Amino acid sequence: MPAQKRNTAAGSRLIFGDLWEYDPAPETADPKLKERYDLFIDGRFVRPRSGKYFPSINPANERKLSDIALAGPADVDQAYRAAARAFPKWSSMAGRERGKYLFRIARLLQDRAREFAVAETLDGGKPIKESRDFDVPMAAAHFFYHAGWADKLEYVAPGRRVSPLGVVGQVIPWNFPLLMLAWKLAPALAMGNCVVLKPAETTSITALKLAEILQDADLPPGVVNLVTGAGETGALVMGHPGAAKVAFTGSTEVGKAIMRQLAGTNTKMTMELGGKAANIIFDDAPIDQAVEGIVNAIFFNQGHVCCAGSRLLVQESVADRVVAKLKNRIRVLRVGDPLDKNTDLGAINSRAQLATIRRLVASGVREGAVMYQAPCELPERGFYFPPTLFTGVTQSHRIAREEIFGPVLSILTFRTVDEAIEKANNTAYGLSAGVWTDKGSRILRMSTELRAGVVWANTFNRFDPSSPFGGYKESGFGREGGRQGLLDYVTLA
Amino acid sequence: MSAAAKNRIPVTKTPKVYIGGAFVRSESARTFKVSDRSGAFFANMPQCTRKDLRNAVEAAAKAGPGWARRTPYNRAQILYRLAEMLEARSGELVASLVGFGAREADAARGMAVGVDRLIHYAGWADKYAALLGSVNPVATPHFNFTVPEPMGVVGVIAPDSPPLLGLLSMIAPVIASGNTVVALASETVPYPAILLGEMLATSDLPGGVVNLLTGYRRELVPTFATHAHIRAIFASAGSDDRKALRLGAAASVKRVRFAEQSGAGWFADSAQGLDLLRDFVELKTTWHPIGS
Repeated sequence: MPAQKRNTAAGSRLIFGDLWEYDPAPETADPKLKERYDLFIDGRFVRPRSGKYFPSINPANERKLSDIALAGPADVDQAYRAAARAFPKWSSMAGRERGKYLFRIARLLQDRAREFAVAETLDGGKPIKESRDFDVPMAAAHFFYHAGWADKLEYVAPGRRVSPLGVVGQVIPWNFPLLMLAWKLAPALAMGNCVVLKPAETTSITALKLAEILQDADLPPGVVNLVTGAGETGALVMGHPGAAKVAFTGSTEVGKAIMRQLAGTNTKMTMELGGKAANIIFDDAPIDQAVEGIVNAIFFNQGHVCCAGSRLLVQESVADRVVAKLKNRIRVLRVGDPLDKNTDLGAINSRAQLATIRRLVASGVREGAVMYQAPCELPERGFYFPPTLFTGVTQSHRIAREEIFGPVLSILTFRTVDEAIEKANNTAYGLSAGVWTDKGSRILRMSTELRAGVVWANTFNRFDPSSPFGGYKESGFGREGGRQGLLDYVTLA
Repeated sequence: MSAAAKNRIPVTKTPKVYIGGAFVRSESARTFKVSDRSGAFFANMPQCTRKDLRNAVEAAAKAGPGWARRTPYNRAQILYRLAEMLEARSGELVASLVGFGAREADAARGMAVGVDRLIHYAGWADKYAALLGSVNPVATPHFNFTVPEPMGVVGVIAPDSPPLLGLLSMIAPVIASGNTVVALASETVPYPAILLGEMLATSDLPGGVVNLLTGYRRELVPTFATHAHIRAIFASAGSDDRKALRLGAAASVKRVRFAEQSGAGWFADSAQGLDLLRDFVELKTTWHPIGS
């Protein structure tokens, strides 16, 4: 019995999850995938000029799901022209009418939520419980929230006249494909802009499924145009002279390249880039809750989260206890088939990302940190990586400085509040941070001192369309969500 | 007038730049000559170097946390105090502007606008947070709020015209929210910035909050662009400098804003306001559980 084997390996401790095996509990809803997805331009699905397509695979088993159109310069140009044609009517439409389209999109997405969740999990590898309970409902919530802003532009900036920018170019990452699309589209459309958006190369399917919803919602042609492809297509979208503004979510490295690409232009920019968040555990924290918080902070979505709590800072006096509990906890995390409702960690999004994770983990071992990996069997096919902890990490280790974007936690310790602040802020990034303590005044002190755009106190990885999200320092600029996020999609007069 | 006074040789001033609350020459000991409107020699100005800029950034970084921790009410009063200092010495400032070619009426009006603008931002110091921040009605049991915070050290590159009003208009919104500034004064009319430094020094503004450099733009723009501790740039710049600043800024994801005003535009009310404060703050959102 595998359960006994694992118990023996860990000594004689009783581990809850070792007591029995789970039966498979696969989600069986039909994702309704097409064999081939074309570009979505001017309200219609069109073949790419080049006639080229690339495969989108399921990272859980490396099987092909669909062929995706590869957009070249002519296609991107066509998308921008369609958006420019649609802009005068869309931007001058009464806000209450524009809002109705967004409300429709939210509702139609809710109608097809399970189908979208399965498609998202197949295409990206994330556990079905996350796509079902987080990605898809949150995407719908973003459309619903921003729909209500469409007729309230005069309240966005008191005393100022607010108008849309024009055509906006957007490029989004592969970690939350549908949700990032909603974060980008909803505020842009609510404010009266038209959009050319490129989903990530490995996760285009739910964006193109959303195009079906845009058609069903009768959204005017050209208001949203989707072009698919890899980095080269992204550079075309970001660099197109028709863009009044570009919005990018992705790595800091690519963000910097875009900033350089656009240095000589007047194109407005917002950047949502990488992170290396500190998750800080004080000795008065409720330790069991904190351990759950640590797990959620780093293993949510296999750690493919820009705001993941990837640097754990534990107060020295409780460090041994926290690490021991954490090791026990991750031993019972279930890694495997993303479509199984019991799965905690699904597949790594791509072979390339798996290689990146392995490379950085190897550097951690080489530089002298102590690695602990949960003993778990990984599926034979597909891209998987076990939940991994590093103790004895110092601030100069690569695994403490670079974004790994995988299920790998670097653990450091501190003694005083000031030391925690200094270590937490000792990074070029500044996207998020977590604080675990029983003391309200300490939470507010930490929140004031931490140089990060989002601070979670006694919780982690919480998101809401009404809550502005975005980074300090090299984690980017601009905010998404809330009234503050709208200002990045308008001009003020 | 006595014969002695009539024949007296005036004592001329050695212009020094105001860095970290002290008046210093360039570390390089370099100067550049400035002439008045008649073409007569006026003084040698410090020709600040990259090293001076880096020293100024260090001073600004040191002053930052203390300035950011001042209460908004206190920052408001210090800005108001600065306006008082300028108002009291406006005659000297106007004379210096006229001495370098400004029309008397323009210089006087610019001074008046500049003082009023400081008061405008003094008033903002304890109000912008209420307008830029928010309590957010999230769909989970959390108290969720967003507050603006200063970015840190901000680089300011002032216009040549109007040299003083432009400089004041760019510095005030940046420091009102708790940032500290390293500013490069007009290259063609740098002397009013020297006078401004003397007024800053008597205005209760802590040393290092505003650091003023004089020198050549072409020598300093590249360092403004690439210095990683400068978190944002506010520049009045032509297209070449703009490109250089944005290229350099990319390496550290620096925020860059350009002043779009020129000439008379600086005198208008549209050259001031909340938008400028917003461009030099970060927004921080905190989640706190509600329960037990």
